[in-house]
Amino acid sequence: MCEPFMDLSFDLTAGDFERAGEASGKIKKTLQQIGVSADIVRRVAIGTYEGEMNVIIHSHGGTAKAHIYPEYTVVVLEDTGPGIADIELAVQEGYSTAPDYVRDLGFGAGMGLPNMKSCSDCFEIVSKAGEGTKITMRFAHKKA
Amino acid sequence: MQNNYFHSVKFDKEQCKGCVTCIKFCPTEAIRIRGGKARIIQSRCIDCGECIRRCPHHAKRADTDTLTDIGKFNFNVALPAPALYSQFAPAVSREKIFAALHRLGFDAVYEVALAAEYVTLEIESYMKNRAVLKKPMISSACPAIIRLIQVRFPSLVGHIIPILPPVEVAATEARREFTRATGLAAETIGVWFLTPCPAKATNIRQPVDVTATDLSGAIGISSFYGEMKKILGAISEADIEKARASSYGIGWGYAGGEIRATGLVNSLIVHGVKEVADVLEQIEMSKMDDVDYVECLACPGGCIGGALLPENRFVAEKNLKLRVRRLRDREPAGRRQTILGGREIAPGNSAFRHKTIQPRPIMKLDDNIVVAMKKVGQIKQILAELPGIDCGACGSPTCASLAEDIVQGLAAETDCVFKLRQVVNALEEEMGKPFKNTRGEPYGSLDKTGE
Repeated sequence: MCEPFMDLSFDLTAGDFERAGEASGKIKKTLQQIGVSADIVRRVAIGTYEGEMNVIIHSHGGTAKAHIYPEYTVVVLEDTGPGIADIELAVQEGYSTAPDYVRDLGFGAGMGLPNMKSCSDCFEIVSKAGEGTKITMRFAHKKA
Repeated sequence: MQNNYFHSVKFDKEQCKGCVTCIKFCPTEAIRIRGGKARIIQSRCIDCGECIRRCPHHAKRADTDTLTDIGKFNFNVALPAPALYSQFAPAVSREKIFAALHRLGFDAVYEVALAAEYVTLEIESYMKNRAVLKKPMISSACPAIIRLIQVRFPSLVGHIIPILPPVEVAATEARREFTRATGLAAETIGVWFLTPCPAKATNIRQPVDVTATDLSGAIGISSFYGEMKKILGAISEADIEKARASSYGIGWGYAGGEIRATGLVNSLIVHGVKEVADVLEQIEMSKMDDVDYVECLACPGGCIGGALLPENRFVAEKNLKLRVRRLRDREPAGRRQTILGGREIAPGNSAFRHKTIQPRPIMKLDDNIVVAMKKVGQIKQILAELPGIDCGACGSPTCASLAEDIVQGLAAETDCVFKLRQVVNALEEEMGKPFKNTRGEPYGSLDKTGE
């Protein structure tokens, strides 16, 4: 595998809703600058934002990383925290474990993981209860 | 950078002091100060008029047509924007305003507000009869917003409702009506939009939404406002032409009027170009998928806040809203019966559809993606060395845009005063006499702690 042309990395702090969207916003801008088509940029931004929110809402903190290649982008969200006990259940639309205060903020509708899955060309989730979660999304820059 | 793009926002070199006001407010970062004067980057400008509004030295102006241009035609129709009425107290009747337009040289008047009622019905039927809508749909009324979407939110062009803005429908209807009424050849009739903003003037010479416009030109309201005021003071109530538009058509002149007319309740009303950009950002992130329709207007308050209107925008808003309310009090029927007098129009009339709007993204650094990626890396490196205070003294609106300009070969690192100081200081030190400021401190420090 060749070296990524570009690596972007962001620290995500649990509960920091003020800065939510910063990672996805910066990744979005970079993809626009290198000329990735608008629809693909939009999908990457939405998928990354959902992932960012998940880390902020559910975990003890983590990172968002984008590895950008000329042909595709890989976004990796990694956190330490409770992990996901039942992944199959968690990727179902509408399933949510978000606490009430998060729902009051307008988040936690149970669409995060399903959205990330539908936005990306390739979606992988690895989680260990009590340790943390790692999500990898791959986006081709050109439609297949 | 493309330079063949026509813009109605023009710039007066003599008046420009090279201050940084305009570069700070431009929503697409389309202005730079180079050689002490502002320069508009043509491919980025959306003709919103924000720089005209903000420039303290009146160095930006709109290049619109004037009343002398109507001499080229045998018969001239004035198309007043609803916002024109906002420039006068509601007691000044529209009939009197039309009489004044006749005195100014026009032979007939066709209210854009009337066309707005056709458009209202088209939007209503489009929103109702579509099984699959890209939610939310975005209003097509404001040409500056259409251009903002093209350059900054290209993924949203498909969200723009494919219905022509009232002014284009008015032009087509007026040309048809007066060709029939006068028996003159269509091309000998001048059809003039009386415009509150430069964006609509641009759209005539460079339409984004129609293949060929029926308008002959656009005349900025501020260019004849003084004369019109004088005429209005001199004439008594005149009855040359009857006003035809209802309160719903006229309401399109202020923010919220389109939503009021269409009856689309699950909608947002957003005005002010920065506010609109924020909302478009949210729409792009799919955070507003449950909203049906968004009325987006570049000027604060809607068209009544247009850069070519002399009246204070809050007074203008009061004038127009009061005019609408008084008119509504005299309208007997409900909303649907009042619009066009309850007349039905064939839904899906293709004459009201606009051509597909193309994205025109401005963010891309290079056509070659590998080169563009290298440039992103260079920008990041340069930016890390800049002070990050976005002072604008270099002539670029932010440190990030300066870094981009440097990489694109449009600026030098020493355009930054802090960088220049460092260079000067290094030179002075080399010569053995470091330059100190009047407090005896060395220049060139990027130390922001002040210690």
